Amino acid sequence: MAGLKPGARMRSVTCTTEVVVVRAAGEVDLRCGGEPMVDVAEAAAATGTPAPGFDGGTLIGKRYSDEGAGLEVLCTKAGQGALSIGEILLGVQGAKPLPASD
Amino acid sequence: MILEMAADGLADRVALGSRDDGVTFAELGRRSRRAATVLAGMPCNHVVLVDENSPAVPIGLFGSAIASTPFVPVNYRLADDRLRAIVSQVTPALVIAGRGVPERLVGLEGIQLIERAHFLTMVEDEAVEESDGWGCDPETVAVLLFTSGTTGDPKAAVLRHRNLASYVVGSVEFGAAAEDECAIVSVPPYHIAAISSVLTTTYSGRRVVQLEAFDPARWVATVRAESATHAMVVPTMLGRILDVVESDGLGLPSLRSLSYGGGPMPAPVVERALRTLPDVDLVNAYGLTETSSTIALLGPEHHRAAFASDDPTVRARLGSVGQVLPGVELSIRDPAGAPVTAGERGEIWVRGEQVSGEYVGLTTTDGEGWFRTRDAGHLDEGGFLYVHGRLDDVIVRGGENLSPGEIEEVLLACDGVEAAAVVGIPDIEWGERIVAAVVLSPGASVTEEELRVHVQGTLRSARTPERIKFVGELPFNESGKLLRRVLRDELAGEFGAEPAGAG
Repeated sequence: MAGLKPGARMRSVTCTTEVVVVRAAGEVDLRCGGEPMVDVAEAAAATGTPAPGFDGGTLIGKRYSDEGAGLEVLCTKAGQGALSIGEILLGVQGAKPLPASD
Repeated sequence: MILEMAADGLADRVALGSRDDGVTFAELGRRSRRAATVLAGMPCNHVVLVDENSPAVPIGLFGSAIASTPFVPVNYRLADDRLRAIVSQVTPALVIAGRGVPERLVGLEGIQLIERAHFLTMVEDEAVEESDGWGCDPETVAVLLFTSGTTGDPKAAVLRHRNLASYVVGSVEFGAAAEDECAIVSVPPYHIAAISSVLTTTYSGRRVVQLEAFDPARWVATVRAESATHAMVVPTMLGRILDVVESDGLGLPSLRSLSYGGGPMPAPVVERALRTLPDVDLVNAYGLTETSSTIALLGPEHHRAAFASDDPTVRARLGSVGQVLPGVELSIRDPAGAPVTAGERGEIWVRGEQVSGEYVGLTTTDGEGWFRTRDAGHLDEGGFLYVHGRLDDVIVRGGENLSPGEIEEVLLACDGVEAAAVVGIPDIEWGERIVAAVVLSPGASVTEEELRVHVQGTLRSARTPERIKFVGELPFNESGKLLRRVLRDELAGEFGAEPAGAG
């Protein structure tokens, strides 16, 4: 379990996925491909492969969230694994409807 | 983060320049990472840019970010003594210098100069190593922007990476720009909109064409030549652009979205834009340097609905700045800091991750993170925000607080009035007297007395300007801000010797 903070960078150990935490509320078991994500600074290489059911992949620039858990992450590097809290997959947030203002 | 994502996910899209030979996001990434290496080799506390628009702005901004050094764009047109005073505040500094700037900084201690052209050549050199593009901590200061306070002493507003990132990620969808989109940027580099547009265009994947400095004919020509689809202007630019478009009748066929902000936009100019450019989506954006730019906006559908409406409440929204962005909290407060009742006027307070309210040496947010904008405003029952002007511009006459914006609006509604500014000048009996400067439309022949009678009929005597001076133009700075102090001094000199008029 990790106490995630906004701005924290996490990466997957099963694929190339990297995320930045946008919103978090304390301890969350954030996983990618079924395995807990690690701080991007950790040396361990991604050696595994995403587990079945957690291999839907991530897309760069998409925001993934679990409202109940108060977690929102932004995918900064795509990968083959899917994001989850424990066994529960995160949902993709819909596009923002705001017009360009600058 | 923003550049790394664009360089990765939008690599082959053109980021800067013409569609045929512009710099791609991948290449912008490489040049910015090289810039960070160059900066690291010239140790400094700040990277200052004193120049007009050029690729050195985005490369300097991103390169500084990668090097964890605050980027400080400074007004190229400041008088030499003010320029030197500002640069002295941020030494030791690396100064990216535009034409003629090195000579103006001679003898200043603690600066290393690099000319813009040389900086741009260095970052194109593949032999220069690229720094790790993910260098930076969100708490690090990203940008310092000097804002001119009412006292005239410029304060440096502090924006940290987390403020800017929150605004961008919260209001822009990554890569959502269509591949044929192109934004023309003509606001100067030291304007918050210039900084935020580098970030939002990069994050959305929109190509940018820069004008070195604003000129309405060049703006129109560039929009047409580059098929620009998006643009942001300050209010003083829009009228001049419309003059050019109306005079040649060729329109702006490529333009899809035109946003304006940075100061109050007179309703007649918005209406003129809706008539002259009916196919262009208009966006009114309200924001401050201290809030990482936009905190509220009035979108195209609301512009059109208001313009077409007979309902006065809906029609009035053309003069509003729209609804607050998600992620920003807004509260209208009385002078004691208590929330006003719904619909009442007060001071606009805001709170959110993109709100900084921090200046060098001074934090102005309260214990709960609220920032006082010093702007007067109110919310209508639909949640639309109206901004009435700076609290400091309030005229105090006979103990009564009068908002210049309210009187200016009535003057603008008079036939023949193109622009109007109302200020208070010192008066022994009343404290202040109301006077105005008015710009008439070409060919108009309204008299001072006719205008006074018109205002009196709408607002009553206490709010009627005692004297009105007809001028060729109002004094604005390059950011489109009306220089009320300058106008006040001028009108006090012109009208100040007279005894107080009937009130």
